[in-house]
Amino acid sequence: MSVALANDCGGCATGCNTAQLTRLGIKSDGFDYIIALAGNPNTGKSTIFNKLTGLHQHVGNWAGKTVARAEGAFNLNNKKFKIVDLPGTYSLLSTSVDEEIARDFVLFGKPDVTIVVADATRLERNLNLVLQILEITDRVVVAVNLMDEAKRNDLTVDERALSRDLGVPVIPMTARRGEGVNELLNAVEKVAGGGYAARPHRIKYSDEKIENAVQTLAKQLNETFENLPNARWVALRLLEGDESIIRAVREQTLGNLKQSRGFPQLVQLEV
Amino acid sequence: MTLNLLPTGRSATITKIHSKNAERRRMFDLGILPGTRIENVMPSPLGDPIAYRVRSSVVALRTEQAELIEIEETLELK
Ligand SMILES: Nc1nc2c(ncn2[C@@H]2O[C@H](COP(=O)(O)OP(=O)(O)O)[C@@H](O)[C@H]2O)c(=O)[nH]1
Ligand SMILES: [Mg+2]
Repeated sequence: MSVALANDCGGCATGCNTAQLTRLGIKSDGFDYIIALAGNPNTGKSTIFNKLTGLHQHVGNWAGKTVARAEGAFNLNNKKFKIVDLPGTYSLLSTSVDEEIARDFVLFGKPDVTIVVADATRLERNLNLVLQILEITDRVVVAVNLMDEAKRNDLTVDERALSRDLGVPVIPMTARRGEGVNELLNAVEKVAGGGYAARPHRIKYSDEKIENAVQTLAKQLNETFENLPNARWVALRLLEGDESIIRAVREQTLGNLKQSRGFPQLVQLEV
Repeated sequence: MTLNLLPTGRSATITKIHSKNAERRRMFDLGILPGTRIENVMPSPLGDPIAYRVRSSVVALRTEQAELIEIEETLELK
């Protein structure tokens, strides 16, 4: 199945090359790039996943349906992409199993691009996860989905300003209608191929003591764990007292965090 | 006053969070931090948990979680 996505190109008369997308379902071997799909629950991750792969991941409006990660594949301009639909999370720093799966993949799965899907109508809360992921990697594309809902609520999103502030591409989408998919693919391809100079927004710690402690710890981590993708991030978690990271370092299992445990019951209501 | 005492339909500003460790982190991740506006939207059928609106989202908190959140009631200016 080969599909040229020529829709929603309005506004860019020239220079808007139509991506040649072939959906490959779950056919999987020899990938050029790995893409992670992260985001809060119910932001349209599975909808985007299905549009790109031609698969039928369950789509619905309740939390916890992407139990583990789902994988699919697509071909874009003769490059083969594997895409992993991660469980929906508000954070990578708390203590649910879903958050650990998402965190471990972004941190240790070494995706070439992480797409963070955000809900345009709840942008403020969604940006928490965006900033956390930008702390780990700068190979990020932010998909601001549910733009139709935003319009219905008289909300506008200044994607250019947001992109400037975050330092990564920001693509407005209405994934359910396929709008923005083409632009998303162009951005993903650019970031994957190293053609985008990201300037990720990162929290700076003005306190010299924190900065020194982070650097000392990061150095020790790099000496202890070979090929640790982001020692600085791990050091910050250790200083923060993140129990799962502390345990993983103590038990020398960093990079293979499979611990599961209970977490505070918080129910997400959609009203 | 603490959040569990906020009547249905009323808003307040969060002043302090006494939750610890993972629970504290989770509150922050849900956008519940000092200075944040929070509204009691409705109780569940059994009165616990209670649904609160915070940063355009609705979050349900149990009484023992809400008891750890200090608030200052603010006047509604209509
Ligand atoms: N209005 C609107 N609904 C969408 C859009 N994208 C996804 N949805 C709906 O949002 C709900 C959650 O989508 P899903 O893909 O399961 O989200 P996930 O939890 O992030 O995987 C489903 O009912 C989708 O049909 C969109 O662009 N606009
Ligand atoms: Mg899903």
